[in-house]
Amino acid sequence: MLKFALSRLGTFVPTFLGVTLISFAFIRVLPGDPIIVMAGERGLSEERYEALRAQYGFDDPIWVQFWDYLTGILQGDLGTSFVTNRPVWDEFFALFPATVELSLCAIVIAIVLGIPAGVIAAVNRGKFYDRALMSTALVGYSMPIFWWALLLIIVFSGNLGWTPVSGRIGLLYYFDDVTGFMLIDSLLSGADGAFGSAVSHLILPSIALSTIPLAVIARQTRSAMLEVLSEDYIRTARAKGLSPSRVNGLHALRNAMIPVITVIGLSVGTLMAGAILTETIFSWPGIGKWMVDSIFRRDYPVVQGGLVMIAVIVMVVNLVVDLMYGLINPKIRNR
Amino acid sequence: MIHRYTLAASALALGLAGAAQAQQTLVYCSEGSPEGFDPALFTTGTTFDASSHTMYNQLVEFETGTTNVVPGLAEEWEISDDGQSYTFTLREGVEFHSNDQFQPSRPMNADDVIYSFERQRGDGSWEYFNSMSMPDLIESIEKVDDRTVRFNLARPEAPFIANLAMDFASIVSKEYADQMEEAGTPEALNQRPIGTGPFTFVDYQTDAVIRYARNENYWKDNEPQVDNLVFAITPDASVRLQRLQAGECHVMPYPNPADIDAIQSNTDLELLREPGFNVGYFAYNTQQEPFDDPQVRRALNMAIDKQAIIDVIFQGYGEVAKNPLPPSIWGYNDSIEDDPYDPEQARQMLEDAGVEDLSMRIWAMPVQRPYNPNARRMAELMQEDFSEVGVDVEIVSYEWGEYLERSSAVDRDGAVLLGWTGDNGDPDNFLAVLLGCDAVSNANRAQWCNEEFDSLIQEAKTIPDQSERAQLYEEAQVIFKEEAPWATIAHSAVFMPVRSEVEGYIIHPLGGHLFDTVSLSQE
Repeated sequence: MLKFALSRLGTFVPTFLGVTLISFAFIRVLPGDPIIVMAGERGLSEERYEALRAQYGFDDPIWVQFWDYLTGILQGDLGTSFVTNRPVWDEFFALFPATVELSLCAIVIAIVLGIPAGVIAAVNRGKFYDRALMSTALVGYSMPIFWWALLLIIVFSGNLGWTPVSGRIGLLYYFDDVTGFMLIDSLLSGADGAFGSAVSHLILPSIALSTIPLAVIARQTRSAMLEVLSEDYIRTARAKGLSPSRVNGLHALRNAMIPVITVIGLSVGTLMAGAILTETIFSWPGIGKWMVDSIFRRDYPVVQGGLVMIAVIVMVVNLVVDLMYGLINPKIRNR
Repeated sequence: MIHRYTLAASALALGLAGAAQAQQTLVYCSEGSPEGFDPALFTTGTTFDASSHTMYNQLVEFETGTTNVVPGLAEEWEISDDGQSYTFTLREGVEFHSNDQFQPSRPMNADDVIYSFERQRGDGSWEYFNSMSMPDLIESIEKVDDRTVRFNLARPEAPFIANLAMDFASIVSKEYADQMEEAGTPEALNQRPIGTGPFTFVDYQTDAVIRYARNENYWKDNEPQVDNLVFAITPDASVRLQRLQAGECHVMPYPNPADIDAIQSNTDLELLREPGFNVGYFAYNTQQEPFDDPQVRRALNMAIDKQAIIDVIFQGYGEVAKNPLPPSIWGYNDSIEDDPYDPEQARQMLEDAGVEDLSMRIWAMPVQRPYNPNARRMAELMQEDFSEVGVDVEIVSYEWGEYLERSSAVDRDGAVLLGWTGDNGDPDNFLAVLLGCDAVSNANRAQWCNEEFDSLIQEAKTIPDQSERAQLYEEAQVIFKEEAPWATIAHSAVFMPVRSEVEGYIIHPLGGHLFDTVSLSQE
């Protein structure tokens, strides 16, 4: 098991280097000089342009810039935002809990609803429930998040008035961040109704963000279940006279879980992409919205640092998923 | 670990609290996050709304709702006869804010004023100060006594006084800066701001909420009206409107043009409207054939159906521009008549100028701006208009940074759609910045250097008297119209949807959002 974990970790280093190089290169390949963008319609003089280039270190050769950046990262220094002059690291960790809270809620919704939906569809293969669930999943998968989120707001917040439009908690609640997770902080604050307000603010963004992973998990569970259900041992189990719920729940589902866990691991990447849109629409102060803003401002250090941090997180999650396979299925461990 | 929980906020007059409360909280759904809270460091309106407009004052300020310069932290000022020295007398007894790390020991005085400018003269990272050419303009700043400060200029420059009302000229506390420097936390000036303005800083939750409280010691009587001010950061315009309708905020900026009709028909909302302080223009390259001929430029101007552009691109919410200045500015020459839309005559004029089978490029901006909400579509309309007079058009566009850079080049091929929003309410800020000889190969996208025009605006700069200056600018606009380096397209309108309980909101012509005069009516 240890050897397996180490070999997985070994792939971590080249991936990490690749990500730093790509994030560094991509933002520079984008057309648009950050200094010109900053000056806008006004324009700026030659001397002023050169002075600013020197100030931001753009006059160093590109490989020197990369080297500084790489050695910075290894020392835990992601640089300083051009725009706010604050360390990228501080900004990231101020905003990251909001993204984690939203993503966790979304993935919980996706799993809790997605797996049963997939099982029900597989068991009722070709019948009404199967068709209804799978076509709903297809719609969910194909829907643009931007549009879907806005629709949710207009119906549930605008017309019905059931949920707040956007933000993380009602504006009348005001307390210090302790953990950065609003659900926990609102409980700690002890303020009346704060927790309820935090929950009500989470509902719509979580639904919007969970939609795609939910559809993917449901479809994956269905197809994995169908494969398992055609196995001999299922027929044997049925022949032994086990109840259908025991056959489906215990024998089939457990064996169908490996591909489903893979999909859940991969959907962490999807969640990060979805968070960008969801956070923008719901004014959710997380890293998705922060990254988009910085791309438009050509804030190199934030884009680079943010990409590296997100990549590291996705890599860690996938490492954990890999290790979980090993736990679930010993055959994988030894390969 | 301290948990703060304010009951004050239960006064949110948003249908959340029951009975009428003593405390009033105004919520503004702002469009983006501030870059910081030291206004001198930044250049965007979003940042100024959250910093200089709420928490700071300047020596002089723009009278609310106009671009007239009126006394601010300076009670009065005197300009020397040669126009090169400005002496300000400071208001007495103006208190800086305090926070848990700082208690001011004295009222605002000359040291604070000098510090606020000297720090920006020191190095080049103060973007706005530099881009307004302040470093070479200010020769020295003297303290005459505690209440008197004198600015000595390198040359007479009348727009200087308007520059001092701008956001970068906000007065910060030298005492606070010194203390923070000593404590090794100079960034506190930017993160925990101390000013003299109508509101004091309470807290900023990054990208989410900014909270302010009323400055109880504010030097203006009866301002501000509300006890608490909250900025709820909401980047998407449709969501802002939903929040406004749901009562989650009272005021929102920048509605989608498509939502204007819906806002007008909603009885809970009121739509405020003012002409914008901007101009959208179409700049020929006047150093390129055949656009070096004013007759050709005027002919093309007459081929453009500007009213159609207003109707389609601005959905009717704008007005046709005839001058490079917005109509609300002093010095605007209203007696000028616009070249009429007349394709027939345009075709004839092109023929007379010996232009045949002309093909040209139109540059369309890739971004939305108030002065041009959809440049691509505008370029297409112009393409149709020009084909009417036999001119073939190719539309080009680049990423914004590239666009700005390439369009500045003297040898640029084609005419450029662009625009400008005024910084300080001075005509010089339009005419010299965008059409002066100095600005060729930079912000002067027409690459147009007309000696007569340039000498008029240069002369106007040196005269302190506003009515004399206005006359020179009016003359300059006549030359502009004859020479037609641009087609002036439009001035857009500015809209502010507010909830009906909001009273006293005034749209600021220069685009800022100010809340010192606003109150909420008790339902």
